[in-house]
Amino acid sequence: MASMRDIKRRRGSIQSTQQITKAMKLVSTVKLQRAKQNADRSKNYFHCMYDTVNSILKRTQNLDHKYLKAGDSGKKAVIVITSNRGLAGGYNSNVIKLITNGELANEDLAIYAIGRKGRDALQRRYEIKADYSDIIEEPAYADAMAISKELLEAFSKGEISEIYLAYTGFKNTVVHIPTLLRLLPVEISGKETEGGQGETENKDRAPMNFEPEDEEALNLLIPKYITSLIYGGMIEAVASENGARMQAMDSATSNAEEMIDNLTLLYNRARQSSITQELTEIIAGANAIS
Amino acid sequence: MADNNLFTLRIITPDRVFFEGEVSMAEFNTTEGEIGIYKKHVPTTVIISPGILTITGEEGTKEAALHAGFAEILQDEVVILAEIIEWPGEIDKSRAEAARERAEERLRTKTPETDILRAETALQRALARIHVIR
Repeated sequence: MASMRDIKRRRGSIQSTQQITKAMKLVSTVKLQRAKQNADRSKNYFHCMYDTVNSILKRTQNLDHKYLKAGDSGKKAVIVITSNRGLAGGYNSNVIKLITNGELANEDLAIYAIGRKGRDALQRRYEIKADYSDIIEEPAYADAMAISKELLEAFSKGEISEIYLAYTGFKNTVVHIPTLLRLLPVEISGKETEGGQGETENKDRAPMNFEPEDEEALNLLIPKYITSLIYGGMIEAVASENGARMQAMDSATSNAEEMIDNLTLLYNRARQSSITQELTEIIAGANAIS
Repeated sequence: MADNNLFTLRIITPDRVFFEGEVSMAEFNTTEGEIGIYKKHVPTTVIISPGILTITGEEGTKEAALHAGFAEILQDEVVILAEIIEWPGEIDKSRAEAARERAEERLRTKTPETDILRAETALQRALARIHVIR
């Protein structure tokens, strides 16, 4: 049996670890509240954006537009949104797995990293084209604009043929879904967001006019659309990150609790047996003298 | 009768709902020129270019600097998805003045490398900001 002192020391170290995980949990709970509010507030914008772009694309299906077909360079760009810090359970590795184990695994990829964890994990296998890790601390719309501008330029020049976005979707506090979304060429489908509602609405509406004409409207709208998707991805990823960290720290805290309980039991047992032993020794000594 | 002239105007930005309410007229700049919208406008989607947004409601008019985004106009509702929009109180005047000077300077001393389009939008933006404050 381990000595009393060893057990006591171990219990002490677990206790201080537990204090840390508890504090981290509280911090991420507060951050999660804020991130959730942000996510809720920006939802409106993205739904409207998605509906509008979708309705334009539906009307102009035969349009031969550069944003609607893949380039021929064969190189694919992936924006990978992860966190800068660890200790968030499977949050980062789930996003990375999406790329390393998914359908894109063996393609020629150019990684646009947002978040250090993703960058570090992917730089061994793929080319890191750009690193925007600092902005995930506090995502701003202007940052998303800069990223989408750079990507669209590369796309127009033909350096990349497709653009994907890998992020963690925030469904609610406990459910986060790692998602891989194709940004360009634009896909026309209603299934990705809650488009069902919007479609029935659209049917009732009078036909929509566009000023300027469709093709030019697309030229101007699609960059905004991409920007809003990147921004939305960042906002949701931040919420997911804090949710994941909160969960991870919660279970770490309760694990520590359990270990402390076990060690306390062990410690008491060790103490008791050492008292018993001392007693036996004293009695034996007293017997020997008399 | 007056009530019937009102339509719903919603201005949404990526991080907040900027404005929501019943108004009788909204005026702003689009890529095709300046437009004013009353109720029962033909359904249209327009792209916004930098300028001043004037909202005329029951309690008078309000102005804001609207810089980028697009608007979906329906018969009794207008939704403006604005990337950048500011109330006069949110604008830093000295910064706007400095931006105007910079843009004007760039247009005056233009070289083949100057991104004229960008300088022009920057100028438009600065002018809109300055105008709204006054």
